[in-house]
Amino acid sequence: MSTLKIDQVSKLFRSTSRGGGLTAALRKVSFDIPQGEVITLIGESGSGKSTLGKIILRLVQPTSGSVTLDGKDIAKHPQRAYYQYVQGVFQDPFSSYNPIYQADRVFELVRGTYFPRMSAAEWDAKLEGVLDAVALNPADVLGKYPHQLSGGQQQRLLIARALLLDVKFLVADEIISMLDASTRVDILNLLVKLKRQGLAILFVTHDLSLGNYVSDRTIILRHGAIVEMGATPKVFGNPQHDYTKMLLTAVPELHKKWKHSPLGPVTAAGDAVVAVDSALATDVISANGSGAVATAVAHATLLDELSHAEAVVKRDLRAVFSREGRGSTVVSSLLEPPRLVEFEPDHLVAEPE
Amino acid sequence: MSLADTLQEPGAPIPGAPATPVATPRPRRNDFFYYGLRNKKLVFGLGLELLLVILAIVGPMISPHNTSDYFKLNAGPSGGNWLGTDFQGHDVFAQLVNGLRESYLVGALGAVSAAVVGMVLGFIAGWRGGILDEILQLLTNVIVMIPSLVLLVVVGAYLNTRSVLFEGVFIGLTTWPWVARAVRAQTFSLRSREFVDLAKLSGKRPTSIVIRDIAPNMASYLFLVVILLFGSSMLLAASYDFLGLGPSGVVSLGGMMQNANLNSALFFKEWWWFFPPGLVLTAMVASLLVANVGLDEVFNPKLRES
Amino acid sequence: MSLTVENLSVAYRSRRGDITAVDNVSFRLADGEIMGLAGESGSGKSTIGNALIYMDPRMKLAGGKALLDGKELPLADNDAMRKLRMTEVSLVPQYAMSALPPTRRIGKIITDLLRSHGIKDRDEVLSELLRRLELIGLKDEILRRYAFELSGGMRQRVTIIMSSLLNPSLLIADEVTSALDVSTQRAVGEMLIEFRDRGYIKSAIAITHDLSILAQIADSITIMYAGRLAEKASTAAITEAPLHPYTQALIASLPEVGVRHEDTTLTGIPGRPPSLVNPPSGCRFRERCPFAFDKCTETPPFAEIRPGHQVACWKVSQEHGGGTRVTVPAGAIADGASTEGTGE
Repeated sequence: MSTLKIDQVSKLFRSTSRGGGLTAALRKVSFDIPQGEVITLIGESGSGKSTLGKIILRLVQPTSGSVTLDGKDIAKHPQRAYYQYVQGVFQDPFSSYNPIYQADRVFELVRGTYFPRMSAAEWDAKLEGVLDAVALNPADVLGKYPHQLSGGQQQRLLIARALLLDVKFLVADEIISMLDASTRVDILNLLVKLKRQGLAILFVTHDLSLGNYVSDRTIILRHGAIVEMGATPKVFGNPQHDYTKMLLTAVPELHKKWKHSPLGPVTAAGDAVVAVDSALATDVISANGSGAVATAVAHATLLDELSHAEAVVKRDLRAVFSREGRGSTVVSSLLEPPRLVEFEPDHLVAEPE
Repeated sequence: MSLADTLQEPGAPIPGAPATPVATPRPRRNDFFYYGLRNKKLVFGLGLELLLVILAIVGPMISPHNTSDYFKLNAGPSGGNWLGTDFQGHDVFAQLVNGLRESYLVGALGAVSAAVVGMVLGFIAGWRGGILDEILQLLTNVIVMIPSLVLLVVVGAYLNTRSVLFEGVFIGLTTWPWVARAVRAQTFSLRSREFVDLAKLSGKRPTSIVIRDIAPNMASYLFLVVILLFGSSMLLAASYDFLGLGPSGVVSLGGMMQNANLNSALFFKEWWWFFPPGLVLTAMVASLLVANVGLDEVFNPKLRES
Repeated sequence: MSLTVENLSVAYRSRRGDITAVDNVSFRLADGEIMGLAGESGSGKSTIGNALIYMDPRMKLAGGKALLDGKELPLADNDAMRKLRMTEVSLVPQYAMSALPPTRRIGKIITDLLRSHGIKDRDEVLSELLRRLELIGLKDEILRRYAFELSGGMRQRVTIIMSSLLNPSLLIADEVTSALDVSTQRAVGEMLIEFRDRGYIKSAIAITHDLSILAQIADSITIMYAGRLAEKASTAAITEAPLHPYTQALIASLPEVGVRHEDTTLTGIPGRPPSLVNPPSGCRFRERCPFAFDKCTETPPFAEIRPGHQVACWKVSQEHGGGTRVTVPAGAIADGASTEGTGE
């Protein structure tokens, strides 16, 4: 049994926008991916969830920390051997295919590297096997151009591509967010089927209900740090961190309406409005799904505060890095994520930041 | 479109948008022929260019005289000398078709060498990024800023004879930054596409990814740049020739006009001497530009039907 | 009635002939109604939105008309439509980032917008703008910022304020929440409701592929499939008791928070929508429909099965077609199909 171990992984990006500086995409993230489990990584934009997927796929180098496969740093595994075990599928099915080639070229790329001497008959049998595993009919997909396939077929084809190898870990980065609703759940069911066959899947998503449907364990990321993690039923059934609760109250559900209360008249006196705002914001934070008063104002205020907090972190990092060479200890303290505390077995919650 | 409408009119093009009304097929190869043959600019430009190329190829064969033959001096067009003769009694038609050939040769040499250097550096800069990219960008800017005419005078002073090959390669080595910039920018945007990541996950090496996955996606764009370079190389060569910096001992369009100018052909109203090379040169470059605009419309679906 | 759309057909020009992306669509929007328009990609939902505000050169009005507050909208006449944009019909574009010019401050964009629409009393509009910014919790300092300095949610809220600033009769919101985070989605969704409640907008069409968002913000939901309307009803009727087999399958395929694959295995809809280049005759959902029968080779009428609940399905009209079937909107379905098959 192999395990992929993510240990204290941090990633700083040099920001290209005005002002420059550094952005902490990941702050000392640690967890294990054992085989035969689906782990959902949930986060909003800027949480660093996709960066983590790319680090595991060796497409991005971590700034510090390590990812190990069977106790050995993944950077030290020979590239070809590593990709034989760890594969990925990405968000945009259309952009995953080079538009000038036929869609099944993704198979040929794998064949060229890993099975250059395999006979045509053997290869065809192998292809048929993996297409069968993802419930695709070879006649429907082979020899077609990407635009002739539906989004669902495109993503299945990419999963089949990974199955050609001895893949044990699959990073699925938002793989269904661009598919039509009616085909999403089939891809999720396919992931569950593969999991039962022993595959470990890191399912990266921003969609809480999809993550909940498919996963055994859930990790919630915010600003590059883990705020809550544990067995999915525990995290969703009994959320402890304010951020998780806020996400859960904001998820649109078919059969339950948001509790919308009108904003009330806007008075000329600014003070009164501010008072109302902060009262509502506090309500949201203390909400746990019932009896909460959550309104547009409250959400807006919260969000703007979040982006302000980000700006402060960036400014600090910049200040540290402008004093060259002497900042490393300060950086590490800035990168320090909130401490995780065990709330119950298999359910960790971060302390408030 | 006014500023106000940028907000009010749905700006996103239909293909590719998540809510595509119909599954818009990607342009296929026969689409290029379909739209290409219906594009008047392309047909006109390519047609005229083709005529000139044919003239450059078969002209020297059908010309009754050689460029070195001597006839009556400064004679106007006649049955014997279709475009008359110059001050040394050489046949102008023979010079014209040979000069045409030389122009195409220099243009092709210039375009190919600029394309090779520009593509190699552009791919490296765009793919690797970082410090290497900054160095190459600096080099590109330096080359753009160097006055190539002065450089040519200096280099030319140290050479006994200048050949057509030298002129072509010189032009290429001073114009590659235009290719490099285009290739770098395109590589930059293509390398973040997911199919590039997927090729990496298939264990492909960077050179293979650049050649097989990235380059073909900018082929039409590169083609347009190289065509423009081809035209501008011919123009540059003509101006060098006109200034007397061209290849030694070779008949060229620029050289013909230089001779005409030095011998006051304009003053003596010997139009057959300077007008034909000027006209042919204009036609060569202009038809390329017209064809280029047409090709742009064919390659770019957004320009196709509006 | 705020908006009445009658027999609207819109086609895209292509070299393989015209492709009818919206086929004979009729619906009504009451004053104060937020109508959700949902469907898969390629269903024509965005085409309807675009047709009501701006026909780009590839689009062609193939038939039908739209009336806003009793006056016909000059859909095919772009110059005439330009005068009505912002004041009568307004659009919140899908990508707020590309809709805001990057080189101008937000305040400048707004004053330019007002000038280009020939608004005389700009001061009054600008003070209204400040009131609305305050209402949704944005500081007026935002007017001095550039678009790229704002977060995605802020940008989207600013574009909604801009689009609704002149109190349009109809606001078309095309996938305004799709690119946003969960928490921002909610803020933007509630803002739409709030603006409707305050009368800033008289009615709205919210176009999206996400039914759960519509369940939160819409009063009624219209489901489109392959260029035609499949079902229209109140939000509660669509989410709790949908009648069209497509709507039923679609809703059954959506996991709710709390639903886990171990307990409930959901299924998607097999197959894919038909190509609109050469669409099949009859009901377009026929090939994916578990209930399809002979009758489905004919085009089903978009018929009112219950008061306020319209469905285009032969099976449904046979089961429910006992008495009250009325073709609605009156005179909307002119293609003869409505005269047959009431199923008694």
